[in-house]
Amino acid sequence: MSMHPNRNKNADRASLRSGGMRSLLRFTRPYYAPVLIATLCAAISSVLSILGPDRLSDLTNCITEGILTGIDMDRVLTICLTLVAFYGSSFLLGLVQGQVNTRVNMSLSKNLRAAISEKINRLPIDYYNKTTFGDILSRITNDVDTISETVQRSVTNLVSAVTLLLGCLFMMFKTNWTMAVTAIVASLLGFLLMSVLMGRSQKYFRARQEWLGKINGHIEEAYTGQHIIKLYNGEAEASAQFEELNRKLYESNWKSQFLSGLMQPIMGFVGNLGYVSVCVVGAALVMNRQITFGVIVAFMVYVRLFTNPLSQIAQSMTSLQQTAAASGRVFEFLEAKELEDESHKTKRLETTKGRVEFDHVKFGYTPDKIIIHDFTETVEPGRKVAIVGPTGAGKTTLVNLLMRFYELDGGEIRIDGIPTTELTRENIHDLFGMVLQDTWLFEGTIRENVVYGKEGISDQRLKEVCKAVGMHHFIKTLPKGYDTVIDDKTNLSEGQKQLLTIARAMIENAPMLILDEATSSVDTRTEVLIQKAMDELTRGRTSFVIAHRLSTIKNADLILVLKDGDVVESGTHQELLAQNGFYAELYNSQFQNG
Amino acid sequence: MLKLFKHFKSREWCMIAACLILVVAQVWLDLRLPDYMTDITRLVQTEGSEMAQVLRAGGKMLLCALGSLGTAVLTGFLASRIAAALSMRLRSQLYHRVQSFSMEEIHGFSTASLITRSTNDITQIQMLVAMGLQLIVKAPIMAVMAIGKIQSKGCFEWSMLTTGAVVFLVAAIGCVMAYVLPKFKQIQKLTDNINRIARENLSGLRVVRAYNAEGFQEAKFAEANDALTTTQLKAQRTMVTLFPTMNLVMNGISLGVYWIGAYLIDAAALTEKLTLFSNMVVFTSYAMQVIMSFVMLCMIFVMVPRAAVSAKRINEVLDTQPKIIDGSFRGETELQGQVEFRHVSFRYPDAEEDVLHDISFTAKKGETVAFIGATGSGKSTVANLIPRFYDATEGQVLVDGVDVREYDQKALHNKLGYVSQKAVLFAGTVASNVALGDNGKGPATEEDIQKAIEIAQAGEFVNALPEKTGSHVAQGGVNFSGGQKQRLSIARAVCRKPEIYIFDDSFSALDYKTDRQLRAVLKQETAGVTSILIAQRIGTILNADQIIVLEDGQVVGHGTHQELIRSCPVYREIAESQLSKEELGA
Repeated sequence: MSMHPNRNKNADRASLRSGGMRSLLRFTRPYYAPVLIATLCAAISSVLSILGPDRLSDLTNCITEGILTGIDMDRVLTICLTLVAFYGSSFLLGLVQGQVNTRVNMSLSKNLRAAISEKINRLPIDYYNKTTFGDILSRITNDVDTISETVQRSVTNLVSAVTLLLGCLFMMFKTNWTMAVTAIVASLLGFLLMSVLMGRSQKYFRARQEWLGKINGHIEEAYTGQHIIKLYNGEAEASAQFEELNRKLYESNWKSQFLSGLMQPIMGFVGNLGYVSVCVVGAALVMNRQITFGVIVAFMVYVRLFTNPLSQIAQSMTSLQQTAAASGRVFEFLEAKELEDESHKTKRLETTKGRVEFDHVKFGYTPDKIIIHDFTETVEPGRKVAIVGPTGAGKTTLVNLLMRFYELDGGEIRIDGIPTTELTRENIHDLFGMVLQDTWLFEGTIRENVVYGKEGISDQRLKEVCKAVGMHHFIKTLPKGYDTVIDDKTNLSEGQKQLLTIARAMIENAPMLILDEATSSVDTRTEVLIQKAMDELTRGRTSFVIAHRLSTIKNADLILVLKDGDVVESGTHQELLAQNGFYAELYNSQFQNG
Repeated sequence: MLKLFKHFKSREWCMIAACLILVVAQVWLDLRLPDYMTDITRLVQTEGSEMAQVLRAGGKMLLCALGSLGTAVLTGFLASRIAAALSMRLRSQLYHRVQSFSMEEIHGFSTASLITRSTNDITQIQMLVAMGLQLIVKAPIMAVMAIGKIQSKGCFEWSMLTTGAVVFLVAAIGCVMAYVLPKFKQIQKLTDNINRIARENLSGLRVVRAYNAEGFQEAKFAEANDALTTTQLKAQRTMVTLFPTMNLVMNGISLGVYWIGAYLIDAAALTEKLTLFSNMVVFTSYAMQVIMSFVMLCMIFVMVPRAAVSAKRINEVLDTQPKIIDGSFRGETELQGQVEFRHVSFRYPDAEEDVLHDISFTAKKGETVAFIGATGSGKSTVANLIPRFYDATEGQVLVDGVDVREYDQKALHNKLGYVSQKAVLFAGTVASNVALGDNGKGPATEEDIQKAIEIAQAGEFVNALPEKTGSHVAQGGVNFSGGQKQRLSIARAVCRKPEIYIFDDSFSALDYKTDRQLRAVLKQETAGVTSILIAQRIGTILNADQIIVLEDGQVVGHGTHQELIRSCPVYREIAESQLSKEELGA
């Protein structure tokens, strides 16, 4: 009994430190029923294994009593058969418990992984400026793995151990008070040692998972940019960083492993200590004829049974420490502040005329550095608006705001008169087709990449679009045509990748279009072709085009010249050239001798 | 897996040896314990034994147990250090091997898989070694020693029972392993998959959101997640049947020994009854030890399959020799800044057609040679062949008159300042990104960095940052705009003070004005540096000393702007698509 509060205190301490355990408990709520079944199985099977030694001691008594006079073989048979029944059912219960547990455990880690994957898409883009991909990936694999491996071991072990412990205590006290107290005192000693160790090792577990995440982040980055590091002879520098991380990981690794490995030998020793104490005290009692030898035999088994759960609890606690450390990291990610919940928003634009108003828009990625100061502009439906300006003027930022990747710091953006904050992000994204500067393709077939999640696209339409961007012929030369899988091994040039992402936007066929440097890696002759296809596509649609190549935007209805987040000039190509201002300077610079 | 152990150093071998000795000592002590138990049992049972005798035997037993504890602690200490050291070394070797790879090998493995191999797989090995050092040795020694002890105490029936139990256990474990091993292989692969899909979602964050494709990505992840879970479930569910089975066997043994014992004792002669009884008690505890040692082996076997798969994956990387082999030439040349292609052809492995075919040109010191052509015409490949991202399939690429394959790669890289099409920035500061690496001329000074930033036209925005060159750069440079990233990566090349610049379409993210200014300043500040320029814009290459027009990997025009406008139809077409007739005339 005395073990119980102690254990709780320890568990509390562990969870206070990480906060992860409580979240994990909340996350596991749907599994309470099966866990209960498993727990029951574990408990009953433990009870059976306690009753076992009791019978066994009966058997021993039966034998010793009859050692001179002849053994009562009928009684032996009865006892043995009872034991067979005990062990048999204990085995079956163990099987059931194992199956249920595995199921719960696997389903838990699956749900954790799924939750992380979904969470990735619900966090503000901003979040990713502060973390590395590798670290997030490490949470999906390393941390979830750790949780799954340790929970399996700890939870049921803990339950059966506690049951065993309680049952043992009951049986011991029932059999003989003095002997019971002896056994407990001996074991308590071990328990004290254990709790000291537990406190120590917790911090190393946390450190280990953390360094693991950090090193994962470094490795991910170093592998992704490997060609640059190599070419700049930066291996030494990157290695130095890596070795430092690796060394720190090593330190926390061996320390946590060592400390956790101590539990079992200590408990083993406590078991032996208990054994000796029981024998010594038992011997004294037998000599005084207070107990029979059978009692000692029973207590020998009890002590083993009693220290077994103690070491199991020790092991479970170690495992739980790892669980706490890992789930701390998983839930830190899962509980990070999400994008605003928009399920209450009922306004919805199915289609749009495409009137976009920027009304005193103010924005900065960090509060101390405002990028867009006060941007006001109205775009009439069907217009092709070009945004030009030197790099860093805030062009891409405008797109980010229009798509509501970030929220405004002041002012409003309205589509058809409705402020974008009143629409769901999903709705806004539906209204825009977008092609970005950074080409992004995933491992999948060309068809999947171009159609990208859109349903009901015929092969005919796919071909048309790919023809329009001039990729059809190239795709046809690939061994599997549209079903060719794009992966690291496929050698697509940046330009070809851009063409595929443009095709993707054409398939999406949204009412408005954003092209952010969409053709920067495409040669200009191809671009002319795409331009034609695009013009076809954007006819009657509002479109926003960001481009450095001014040839791309010459025919725009409205050119906004951005500088330091403010519009400094606006008008058509001809008008702006006539003004002979910043735009004209930009434009003419391409002909001057460099 | 044994191959991995050759990575242990002599110091660790000593530690392992110490570990083994300690384990043997521990087992010996552990097996002494039942002897003392017998003594105590006998003393307790024998009428008229002194309490002092019981205490003496108990004290001896406790000493023995304490010794066992001590050795166990020491073993644990050594084992965890050895395992952590091995994992540290393996991780480090894997890392360095990957750093030595060329693009071909990296793409062969895929980046995501290389990452899992460097982290997750190594953790598996570490866990096995830590446990294994204590258990793999302990279990068989314990089994052998315990069986030795049993022999003197046991009778035929008991030994048969124990043997039968062991055989049964081994058979059960064998069956489970045969089923589970291939599953573990799949699990590792499926984990790679999970990683890849999550990584893909992370890198395409904005596109995923813009297309409302969160559901699509999540469904893809769910599918991979399902596959992983199903396989794991199959493997685990088989594995967990082992534990109740072992329990059953252990319980069965003690029951069996007693049951048989009852008959034996009943049938025995009166004088032998007591010996038989105490033998029975002792036999039970040794039989338990035997079974326990097999249980321990079981635990190892739980980990071995997964670790074996991991070991194989790690070895695959360590055994892959980079195709690009270092030459020995240290780079002391009389010529400076010269790049020459002699009849160079290139095709990707397994491809049917050349990407580049029979390219020849010479860029002399200080010259600018520009390449222009349609998307997919092979322009970037030209840039990839000079720093040996790939080696030419035919012909020779010479830098300063020496074949690039003869160079020590570091020496070759010291001559080059390469800027890729897609800017690559690393987490750190602006300064750490610009001063990246080593150019063989000592570390870059603060002025070098500042100057490179000014030349790359990045001064304006860098100086506007709160901490200037000390400002934080997020992984992949996501907190900078495309043009800013590109200018920082150009500054990086400038900071290197190379003989030859290679700009692989590095200006397309810049506006015309910045582009022009940058090139003007670059020419002025770093006169005498040769430039290999891959570009899309006519404006960017207008003044190059030589312009080479590529189409489908072949040279279709070679000359200056004025010459090509007259003589090369492809070039004229490109030019006309960008500039109006009047502008061309200007």
